[in-house]
This record gives sequence, structure tokens and C-alpha cells, in this order.
Amino acid sequence: MSTDSLAGLTLPGDRGTRPFLEVKDLTVRFETDDGIVQAVSSSSFAVERGKTLGIVGESGSGKSVTSLAVLGLHRTRSNAKVSGQIWLDDQELVTATDEQVRLLRGGKMAMIFQDPLSAMHPYYTVGAQIVEAYRVHNPKASKKEARERTIDMLARVGIPQPEKRFHEYGHQFSGGMRQRAMIAMALVNDPKLLIADEPTTALDVTVQAQILDLIRDLQEEFGSAVIMITHDLGVVAELADDVLVMYGGKIIERGPAADVFHEPQHPYTWGLLGSMPRLDREVRDRLTPVKGTPPSLINLPSGCAFHPRCPYAGRNGDRSYTEVPELRGGVHAVACHMSADQRRTTFEQEVAPNL
Amino acid sequence: MLSYLIRRIVNAVITLLVVTMVTFGIFFAVPTITGSDPALLYIGKTADEASLEGIRTKLGLDDSIPVQYGKFLQGLVVGRDYANGNDVTHCDAPCLGYSFKTEQEVTPLLLSDIPVTLSLAVGAAVLWVLIGVATGVLSALRRGSFLDRAAMTGALAGVSLPIYFTGQVALLIFVHELGWLPATGYTPITEDPGAWFGGLILPWVTLAFLFAATYARLTRANMLETLGEDYIRTARSKGLRERTVIGKHALRSGLTPLVTIFGLDFGALLAGAILTEQVFNLRGLGYQALQGIRQNDLPVILGVTLVAAAFIVIINLIVDLLYSVIDPRVRLG
Repeated sequence: MSTDSLAGLTLPGDRGTRPFLEVKDLTVRFETDDGIVQAVSSSSFAVERGKTLGIVGESGSGKSVTSLAVLGLHRTRSNAKVSGQIWLDDQELVTATDEQVRLLRGGKMAMIFQDPLSAMHPYYTVGAQIVEAYRVHNPKASKKEARERTIDMLARVGIPQPEKRFHEYGHQFSGGMRQRAMIAMALVNDPKLLIADEPTTALDVTVQAQILDLIRDLQEEFGSAVIMITHDLGVVAELADDVLVMYGGKIIERGPAADVFHEPQHPYTWGLLGSMPRLDREVRDRLTPVKGTPPSLINLPSGCAFHPRCPYAGRNGDRSYTEVPELRGGVHAVACHMSADQRRTTFEQEVAPNL
Repeated sequence: MLSYLIRRIVNAVITLLVVTMVTFGIFFAVPTITGSDPALLYIGKTADEASLEGIRTKLGLDDSIPVQYGKFLQGLVVGRDYANGNDVTHCDAPCLGYSFKTEQEVTPLLLSDIPVTLSLAVGAAVLWVLIGVATGVLSALRRGSFLDRAAMTGALAGVSLPIYFTGQVALLIFVHELGWLPATGYTPITEDPGAWFGGLILPWVTLAFLFAATYARLTRANMLETLGEDYIRTARSKGLRERTVIGKHALRSGLTPLVTIFGLDFGALLAGAILTEQVFNLRGLGYQALQGIRQNDLPVILGVTLVAAAFIVIINLIVDLLYSVIDPRVRLG
């Protein structure tokens, strides 16, 4: 794939202009008893500091696997094979040693997970877990400093009475407070890259907005690059500068958030938008979901992985069934066999009226 | 925390009380069912009616069952007197009565057995926990490796082979053929620590082999489950060293379920490892229980049962309290 199609960003080559995070041709596969799981196939994207990239897709589309690969968390799984390049601030991570990546993990790059209850150790206090995260990257800090820093972070993420909550356990927190504590843990070392993997999925709707606001505020304060993984397009519309749409382990559409929302190019993206309930339109009888189920990553459909569920697959002769579409285009790229004109007319005439 | 503690202790006491009732019930149910008179068992079949009557009065066998139970409890707590006219025998608390066969007090009999059982159980427990847990953790971390497969095959053998087989084989090899070890048996540690150790090493190892096998499998399964938990991923994502992730985050929750199993196994072993004691010629509680059953010596059976139950209840109490220390959700939930 040519590098000039990377989410509207400058070419690599001279090191001064390499994006803060650049992922090139990332492929992740797992060898299991049932066969090789092709979790992510040659995906490329980039994020600058202060910007937010939204990754959207169904369960099993490869979005979480991608983010875990950036953090190097597949290294502990002996059956995982990661290839391609991951450049973080001019350092390549796929070929780096375990120790080099470990030192970045939780320091320069950090992650917030989906379910804060299971993501916290049940036997250690919230305070102790954050202190641990701080001290591993600041070995010279005294216990007292680490404690003060932790309480300060708990206060910053909006946890009332942080001195008292410091000594409590995860199960004593409410869902929203727990996620705030997880965010405090992720941000305790001022990470320059923050990956949030469905940070609001396990939370009440009212709390979701608070958490998203918090992440946005903290991003502005710290100037971090943020990757927001979600299946909720509303979250992406709210926060993201750029969007990746993933399907079957591949990026099938990539572009600035406004473009992807207003001129979506891929039939799957159309399907995602059609599945989204909206109040600002007339209430129709039904939503228009994407029919069928996500593909098996062990045995991907031939040609375009989306063809079994694509209403327009027959419009390209045999190509949808035999040929894997490449991600093409400039700033706003799409992997679809239909021509740009075909897509525009189809979207305007058949899809847009139903959105 | 304090109210939790008190609640658990009260529960333990009630359990023990119920155990005394049940065992006492058996004590009286058995002679009724088998149609044998306890007094007859005590004195022998050749006794005349007068001495039988004397025994009944002295042991209180004429009283109603609730009264007898009351006296039995009294004997346990403060001691009791057995009296037939001027013939008074005092039995100190905790009084478990007299053996039918030897006419000795049961309590001192059991007290002399407890060090044997305790030595056997503690030594074996230390070995099997160390070996089992270490093997299980290594197997989990090197899942699918040669070490894992070898360990799990060995563990399967350990679980499948009964102690009277491994014990006899070990005796044959190490004592009779090679002569590396002295004949097994019990020497009090206060008398000769070397002989104590030498006489017990083979029973320890044999017993530990059996349990270590189970523990290795359990530890491996628990560790594998824990290593897949989200909070382990969180620990790694913080940048912790793998050593800390495993040693601090994974082990603590991975080993917690073992505490329960260990409590049960260790309690049961304290109640008497009948087969092990038999194979290795150790006279502990298990041996005593066997003797009691063989000779229909009800007071001894009753005594061993009570002591065994007490061990199990106490160990379980300790396990429950340990849990509240290990898992804050138990304490604060």
C-alpha cells in the first residue's frame, strides 16, 4: 500500500514529519487449534498529538486486537504473530525488545479498558493500583509522592473525597467512578498516546457523556493523541477527528470524521449508519441493520469479506467474490469494488433517503 | 470485621455441638441396632447380672438418653465422676469416657496419638503445597511445553496411584532394597529429631506425591484462568514487569481457591490418614480409629470422631478468616 494514503497526513521519509503514531501494514494472527485466526490484516493508519482517531466496527472486526498490538500486549501470547511496523514518536515497536515496550507501556502510551470492574484487581485498593502504575515508571518517587500524585489524579478525574476513596476497593466504587479511577490510572504518567477501548460501553448513558467529556478535557490538557475504539457511532461523531471503519480484520474505510459521516463510501458504513437510532428524523417502522453475522476470522469469505452481507455485491460481476478490494483514495479512502460514481449514486438514491 | 469474626466463631461452636449430638446418637444407636448391650461390651460376655448392673449404674447407662448426653457434655467441658456407691472414678475434662477394651481413659490415648498424626500431616502438607503449587504455576506459565506435559502426566499418575501401592513400592525400594532409609515409624521430635525425620520422610513424600499431584492440576487450572483475567491485562498495560504481574497480581487470586481445598484436605488428614499410617506403621489417630472399629470399642470411635470433627471445624474457621484477609470482598462485601 502506498504511504501517501495515510489519513491525510504528510509522507514519512524525513524523520521530522513522521506522525506521532504511525501504524503500517499491521498484521496480527493467532495460531489456534481450529486454525489461523487472521485478526488484523495489513492495516495502516496514523494519529497526531492532540488528535483523536475513532476505530469503529463490530465485535471481532479487529479493533481491539489492533490497539493491543500497539501496546505490545500480544507479546505475552505465544501463539500471536504480529508483523508490520508501529512507529511511536520515531521509535519502532514491533521489532523493539520486550523491555523497551514494557517501559513505554503505561508511560508514554496507556490504555483504558471496557469493563472497569473486571479490569481492576479485586484484592488491591484502587489507590494501591494507581500508585503501582506511577512507581513503575517513576522508580525514584517516594511512596508519599506517589500517593500524593494518585490522590491528585483521582481529584482531577472528578472523584469526590479522593483521600478516602484512595483506600477503597474497586467493588466499592460505582461504575462511573470506577471508570474514572481507571482513567486516572491510565493518565497517571501523562501518556502521550491514550487508547480507550470502548470506555463507555459498560456504563449508564448519563455517565457515558461525563466520561467522554472527561477524556476530551484531559486530552486538551495533556495534548495526547487518543485512539477511541467503539461500536457506537455517536461516540465517534462526538469526539473523533478521523475515523477508521474495520470489518473482518481490515480497514474498509478511513477518513476525516465529518467526511465519513456525511459522505460514507462503503456499504458497510452505510449499514452502520442505518443501524443507528436517530431522533432528529421521522420515526420509521424499523432500523435498517446490516443483515447477517460478522465473518469468521479463521475462514474469511473469498474476495471482499463483506460480500455475503453486501446488498450491492452483484453489481461488480464476479469481482466481489474473487478479488480482495484494496483501500484506495486520498484523505478519504475506501476498500470497495464499486466505482466512485456508482457509490455516489447508490448512496444518494438508495441509502440516504432511509437514513 | 469483628462482628464477622464473632459470627464465624459462634458458627463453629454450634457445628461442634451438633457433631457431638450426632456422634453421641450413633454411640447409642449402634448397640440398639446390633442388639448388643454397651455394659456387656465393656465388661465381657462372662459377666453376671450383678456386675453388669453395677457397670450400668457407674457409666450412667440407666439414665435417659438426654440425661446421658448432658453428662457426656459435662464430662467434655468440666470433667465428670463415674460412681457406683462408694466406687468413684474421676475423669478429667475433656472426658471422653473409657475404652471398652483396655479400660483406659480415651482422652490420654488420643492425646498420645495426636503428635504422630500432626507430624505426618504437617510435614506432608509443607511438601505437597510447595511442590504442587510450584509445578502448577510453572505448567501454567509454560503451557503446552515439554515441562507442562511431563508434569501433568506425572500428576495424573500421582492422582491415580493409591497410597498402599506407592507406599509399599517406596518402602520396598528405599528401605528394604537400597537401605537408604531406616524403617518408618514414629519417634517423638523431642527425643531424637533425626530419628523423627528419618522415620517420617518416606510417609511424607509418599503422601505429598498424592496430594501434590492434585494441587499441581488445580494450581495450573486456576492460574490459567487468572492469567486470562482483564486485571492481568491491566497490570501488563501499566508496564509492570512480568515478574510482578505473575508474582503479585496473578498468584494472589490464582491461589486463593486453593486455600479452601487445602483446609479440607489438611483437616481430613488430621482426622487420620488411616491407609498411610497402616502402610508405614505409624500409630496415629487413623490407626486408633481402625482399632476402635475392629474391636467395636465405641468410646474410642466416638473420641476419634469428635477430635477429627473438631480439627476440621477449626481448620475451616481458620480458612474462613484467612479468606477475609485475602479477599476484601468477603470482608467488605
